[in-house]
Order: sequence, then structure tokens, then C-alpha cells
Amino acid sequence: MKLPAFEYACPATLAEAVSLLAARDGDAKAIAGGQSLVPMMAFRVASPSLVVDLRRLPGLKEIKIDGGVRLGALVRWRDILDDARLARAHPLLVAAVNHVAHYQIRNRGTVGGSIAHADPAAEMPGIVVACDAEIAVTGKAGARVIAAKDFFLGALTTALAPDEIITEIRFPAWPTGRRFGFQEFALRRGDFAIAAAAVFYDIDASGRAANAHVGVIGVGDRPMRLPAVEAVLNGARVDGDLIARAAAATSAAVEPQDDIHASAAYRRSLVGTMVERALGAAAA
Amino acid sequence: MTTRFEVNGKSVEVNVEPRMTLADCLREVLRLTGTHLGCEHGVCGACTVLVDGEAVRACLMLAVQAEGRSVTTVEGLSNDDDLTPLQKSFRKHHALQCGFCTPGMITTAHALLSEEPDCDADRVREVLSGNICRCTGYIPIVEAVLDARSAYRKPAGDRG
Repeated sequence: MKLPAFEYACPATLAEAVSLLAARDGDAKAIAGGQSLVPMMAFRVASPSLVVDLRRLPGLKEIKIDGGVRLGALVRWRDILDDARLARAHPLLVAAVNHVAHYQIRNRGTVGGSIAHADPAAEMPGIVVACDAEIAVTGKAGARVIAAKDFFLGALTTALAPDEIITEIRFPAWPTGRRFGFQEFALRRGDFAIAAAAVFYDIDASGRAANAHVGVIGVGDRPMRLPAVEAVLNGARVDGDLIARAAAATSAAVEPQDDIHASAAYRRSLVGTMVERALGAAAA
Repeated sequence: MTTRFEVNGKSVEVNVEPRMTLADCLREVLRLTGTHLGCEHGVCGACTVLVDGEAVRACLMLAVQAEGRSVTTVEGLSNDDDLTPLQKSFRKHHALQCGFCTPGMITTAHALLSEEPDCDADRVREVLSGNICRCTGYIPIVEAVLDARSAYRKPAGDRG
């Protein structure tokens, strides 16, 4: 369907972009790559009176590696996959982005856009939650940093105020030797996940798992970590028996809904399998 | 609003509503109807064009966002004298039937082969997974793209 009518602004500074958003009091939308917002407008899920294009804003396209990894909000999927440094600096991020969207979308879609859109089946929101990332935003009241676990409030709903713009996504440092796995099931590679799992853990001096993080995607109204599954892993040796227990704990911990793609029972089983495979890859 | 960009090597200036997508602008304002519109919400790939050499979905980009960019459509990937090697390969392998998806297949394959002339069949399938074809079953398209790789490889001694 053709898009509904809207006004368009393309400000040169972040301050100007924020005041344009603020002046419409929730009736304006920021656009970056537009790979989520344009379909939302085509379906009339979003009908903003003003679209504020972020493409001229300076300094939001950089990938900085300084202990952790900092992604400017306008970094595209393609930029992540093209950056050879990230294979060491954040291999889990790279593994997840490999599942994000199709070829053409990756040339336009941005990390900030995906986070702001907050699709519960999207990889990037899942990865920032699984990794305890922080989301830096700027609005009328100034800049603030929101923990990923506090950012997603429900499907397509975030803690972002109408006048706030995401500027940067900050991942904590990734130690060498960390074990990780990312597994996703989708009908086609690049489609939204029916279910996915992102896991990592460190190995302590006695060879046992520590600091386990288990994140799941597509089995709720927002991405989440599963503390009950992390408790199964922490302090234990990750072997076949433990992985089977973690998979069962995963299926027990989630409350997915039926939808047109899969029943709740199927998703519950599938996400257990995704965690099982992700842990299998991590332990291999 | 007035927007200037380049299409197939020529500078253009259009006056469009902000809500007009790049795909509609190409077809209806610039009359470049080689770019096809299937789904109009970014899932079928038929409208794929190149923006600064990168494949994008023209139905998911506003025309006003093309300001200052260089757009190549399927018309820009052909010439009046002869079929290009990629077009010849599509013909040789019967990689089209109704032809609706073909402009998107050609633009996507051109972008892929320009960047990765040594890609393998798995990579071709992964990249083309974003382009829907209801006629061919995809196998002839994958074969056509693989067969066209040699035309995109730089001659020895001309690398880098």
C-alpha cells in the first residue's frame, strides 16, 4: 500500500532533530534506514504527521572498539558484517547479525532502528538483552543511558520517550575464551525468528561455567534472559547431560503465545532445542 | 519537495511528496518501469535497485532519502547493443518465465557478483533468498548467477 502523507525534515544536528520530535508530542517518528518504519507506515500501523530523517546527523555511523563495543545508532547490518575487528571483539554479535534480514535490507537497516522498533522476534533486541548492553539516548531533557533489560516494555514498545533518539549501543567487553552460541529457526534465512537463543558463559579456574547468560527471542512480547536456565549452568561442567537439563529448563521457563507462524507448544519445544544447540556449539 | 540525485549516470531533479517511495518515483515520475513493485512492503525483492552500488529495496526507501545518491536501475545494467553477460546467462539457463521478479534478480545478482565474483552456490542462495520468484523454482536462477561469475572477475594482473 502507498504510504500515508507526512511532512519530512532532515536536520543537520541531533539537537535540531530532538526539538523537531519534541514539538509534535509523540506524533513524529525518526527514520534511519526505514526498513521497519516504512512497512509500518504502509500497513498504517504507524501514521506520523512528521518523519525526521537522521541520515545527516554526524558521528552516529561509527563502530568503536575500546574494551567494549560501541555501535553508533546509524551503523547498518552490513557495516557490522564488514568489520573484521568484531570477529574477536564481539563474536556473538556477529553470529546474530548473520541472521538479520535479507541482503538488500542489510544495506539500509540500522542497529538503532531495530532497537527502537522492538520487534520481539528480531535479533538485535535479543542480543542487547542477552549481553546486558546499554542504550544511550538523547532527548529534550538531555542524554541518558538505559539498560537493555529496562528498554523493551512489550511488542513494539520501548522506554524511549517520543522526543528521544537512540545515539549509541554499548556492549560490555568480551573476554577471550568466552564460550558462546547463537541459534535461530526461521522459515527462510533472514526472516524473523520463530525462536532463537543467544548464550554465553565463561569458564572458571575449575573448568566450570560462570557468568552464564541465556537470552531467548520470539517466545514472548519482548526478548528476555532466563535466570532459571542460567542457574542450571553456573557452577557446573557443561556436558551433554547438563545441556539437556538446560534445554528442559528453557522450555519450562517460557510462556509463548499461539500465532499464525507457530503454536505455543511448538515454540516452547523449539526454543529448548535452540538453547540446546547453542550450548552445544558453545561447549564444542 | 525538490530532490536531486543521479539515475543511471544522469542527474535528475524531481519534485515529490515525502511519502513517495524511491520505487514509485522511478516508475511514475521518471518513467523507468523496469523496476517492478510486488509487495510494496519489503518482502519480495522485485523492486531492488542499487544505491551507490549497494542493493536496496526501492519500496523501503523514500525518494527524498535518495538526495545526492547515485541510483542504478535494471535499465542502467543493460545496453542497446547486446545482452550483458548476466542477461545472457539468465537466457541460457532459462532463469525466468513470467519475468516479474527478473529486474530484482538482475540487480541483486549484479551487486553480489560485483562485490563477490567468487561466491559459491550457498552464498548465491542466501543472497537471493530475499527475492521471491513463483515460476522457476530458483534452481535455474542460481545456475545463471553462478555461470555469470567469470564475467565479473578481474583479469589476472588487474587485481587490487
